[in-house]
Amino acid sequence: MVRYIASKFLYMLLSLFILASATFFLMKAIPGNPFMSEKNVQPQIKERLMEQYGLNKPIAEQYLQYLGNLVKGDLGISMKYQNQEVSQRIADTFSPSLQIGIFAIVISIVVGIVLGLIAALYHRKLIDNVAMIIAVLGIAVPSFVLATLIQYIFALKLGWFDVMGFNEPSDFVLPVIALAVQPIAFIARLTRSSMLEVLNADYIKTAKAKGLNGFTIMTRHVVRNGILPVVTYVGPMTANIVTGSVVIEQIFGIGGIGRVFVDSITNRDYTMIMGVTIFYGVLLMLARFVTDILYVLVDPRIKLSGRKGS
Amino acid sequence: MKRKSWLVLMALVMAFGTLLAACGSGSSNTGTSGESGDGATAAQDLHINMSAEPPTFDPAQAKDSQTNTALRLMYEGLTRTGTDGNPVPGVAEKWDVSEDGLKYTFHLRDNAQWSNGEPVTAEDFAYAWERVLSPKTTPASEYAYQLYYIKNGQEFNEGKVKDFADVGVKVVDEKTLEVTLANPTSYWLGLTSFYTYYPVNKKNVEANAQWASKADTMITNGAFNLTTWTTGQELAWTKNAKYWDAASVKLNTVTASLVNSGATEFSSYQSGQLDYAGAPTGEIPTDQIPAAKQQYPDQFQAKGIASTYYYLFNLKEKPFNNLKIRQAFSMSINRQAIVDNVTLGGQIPAYGYVPPGIKGNTEEFRTEYKDSYFKEDAAKAKELLAEGMKEEGYTTLPEITLIYNSSEAHQKVALAIADMWKNNLGVSVKTQNQEWSVFLDNRQSGNYQIARAGWTADYNDPMTFLDMWMKGNGNNDAKYDNAEYDALLKDAQASQDNAKRMEDMSKAEKILVQDDMAMMPIYYYTSVSLVKPNLKGIVVDFSGAIDFTRAYFQ
Repeated sequence: MVRYIASKFLYMLLSLFILASATFFLMKAIPGNPFMSEKNVQPQIKERLMEQYGLNKPIAEQYLQYLGNLVKGDLGISMKYQNQEVSQRIADTFSPSLQIGIFAIVISIVVGIVLGLIAALYHRKLIDNVAMIIAVLGIAVPSFVLATLIQYIFALKLGWFDVMGFNEPSDFVLPVIALAVQPIAFIARLTRSSMLEVLNADYIKTAKAKGLNGFTIMTRHVVRNGILPVVTYVGPMTANIVTGSVVIEQIFGIGGIGRVFVDSITNRDYTMIMGVTIFYGVLLMLARFVTDILYVLVDPRIKLSGRKGS
Repeated sequence: MKRKSWLVLMALVMAFGTLLAACGSGSSNTGTSGESGDGATAAQDLHINMSAEPPTFDPAQAKDSQTNTALRLMYEGLTRTGTDGNPVPGVAEKWDVSEDGLKYTFHLRDNAQWSNGEPVTAEDFAYAWERVLSPKTTPASEYAYQLYYIKNGQEFNEGKVKDFADVGVKVVDEKTLEVTLANPTSYWLGLTSFYTYYPVNKKNVEANAQWASKADTMITNGAFNLTTWTTGQELAWTKNAKYWDAASVKLNTVTASLVNSGATEFSSYQSGQLDYAGAPTGEIPTDQIPAAKQQYPDQFQAKGIASTYYYLFNLKEKPFNNLKIRQAFSMSINRQAIVDNVTLGGQIPAYGYVPPGIKGNTEEFRTEYKDSYFKEDAAKAKELLAEGMKEEGYTTLPEITLIYNSSEAHQKVALAIADMWKNNLGVSVKTQNQEWSVFLDNRQSGNYQIARAGWTADYNDPMTFLDMWMKGNGNNDAKYDNAEYDALLKDAQASQDNAKRMEDMSKAEKILVQDDMAMMPIYYYTSVSLVKPNLKGIVVDFSGAIDFTRAYFQ
């Protein structure tokens, strides 16, 4: 287990290095600089700014300097927001994204699995059909359409919630729903099909023949085996949701990290682009890492070092 | 049941709980303490939206309209812009101007003080201006040129004059500031209300280089103090009891959400969460303007502001190096149709470059000199195109691409105009949207044929629009070069006679638009907003900048 984790960790560092390097050079390759506006900056001022931010040095030197700071854990100062630490801005704006994201994740996993289970148990019955129609709708309707729709109905017309903002507990409700519906639908379908497959498997028949009661069969055999595809999906989904949905955040006026990322690119805020990219990278890799470990916990058949016998 | 699957869930939640603890520590104290949204009317609490977080709260670094709105709440210069658009006493209670118009002596009021109770002194102004101009300031101030009117200001900024004592700013005593200008400049007094001219608290700035990056380390001298700053989410200001004119400030708080969505902003206005929506702080989406107008006829406002929307010809590239071809393109579109059907905000069709709202000699420049420099005429345009093509020896026009920065509004205008060219001239023009920085980069480096452009006044004089077309000006993206034009403007810049200056500038504008058709004016901007009927006292100046300090609910 330790060896497995260590090697995974090394791979993560390597991926991170590649990510940082690729982003750095791609970012420098796009036209523009952080000091642009409709009114042109005077050449001597621009030169001074480039010098002050170290942007007039050879690109290789800038790159090495950036890596050096990164190793020290220093993401630098934003080039757009005066005197503000990149890490602080990321922390500040990640917080709302994360809070909403966690709610959305928990709700989508619980509701999705329950819905999928029920549908599988009542296969081809009315409940199954209804659940699956809802699921198909959930997948088919883009989240921004749904977000606008529920905002219009529940906030504007009925006045139950604020249209925008992130101040009160009730401000969580609409964005969480908007974020959760698609994953719920996806997880429900995933759970249902994988459960159906398991329910028809020989070992379930064996279990039944052995005379195990339904509850034990469900928990010990069906769910445990049927949940694997869901676990695979949940890892990336989690990373996806907590990194913030630009569109949902925009519609509900939540100052999350999604907008910071998009704005940083528009502003050519180099340090911020790098900071958020690396932060996203770490999140995604952590999510995959956790998924890998969960696999093993859920299904002992998957050996940690299964690829090459240990 | 499902013990294992619950374990899975728990593990996930805990993993991200840890992350929350690691990353979410620190400063998101989102709680806006007990504001009752619906009690806004009686409570004198104003709710607005800003579509972007101000990148700075340091007057020396400010350069955009969001920062302008924020700083106007927090600072006051020597003068303020009054309701009629003219400078009224601010920190300075009176001033004397020398005969030759070069020397201004400002007398600061005794009761002007900082939010910590210290008096605002002449030294604070001198120090603030030195900071803006000094080549050592980090990061360099992009708006330093706003202070080039001051004697040796430009030279000091460029490092040619080393000692700030040689710059025309002199602290006579604690409450007297003497400013010497490089040239007599009639509109300079108005500039002292502009953010680059705001004072800063010398002690505070010297003690803490990061003073402007946290709400509680800022010391300001305006009507409001910044009290809440939740990154990317919300800003809130509270009335400053130490402000010398606190008696005329009626609002208790101003709260700004930071939402970059016109649709959400409009919905929030409809739901009552916002008291003000639209320009210059936010936006009413173009496609919602008819609905807004219909739903709130008494709250909808479309005010002309001193900005011009135009297309820039690349005068060095084919085919727009030819005058007749430029004229043909400019004369073959229907501007009225564009503002009526596409932009919808009551914009004014433009046939000149200087917009209404800019002062002339006695009245507005645009009233004194009409913009009748050319007329739309599709048939004439077609003839001109044929002549132009003949002059250049074309049998068919080279391929033409119009570039604009990605935005739905610009796209609609571009498509409408391309369609008019197709119908009226029979010319197919490709339209291409480009991401903002890419677009600016292309425009500045001359890598375009026709490009969208817009220009907003820096100060209230036609010169703010005209000097950018002089040879060598950093904003002359079209690379326009006309000796006669330059001579007229230099004449105007040196002259003290306002009537003659206006005459010179109108002649120059005629050369620019009528004779050379160096660019294609499209419309003069308006600022579209929704204001709650009981919200009064908001001042919007000629350039569209907004001042909420004297706003109040009736």
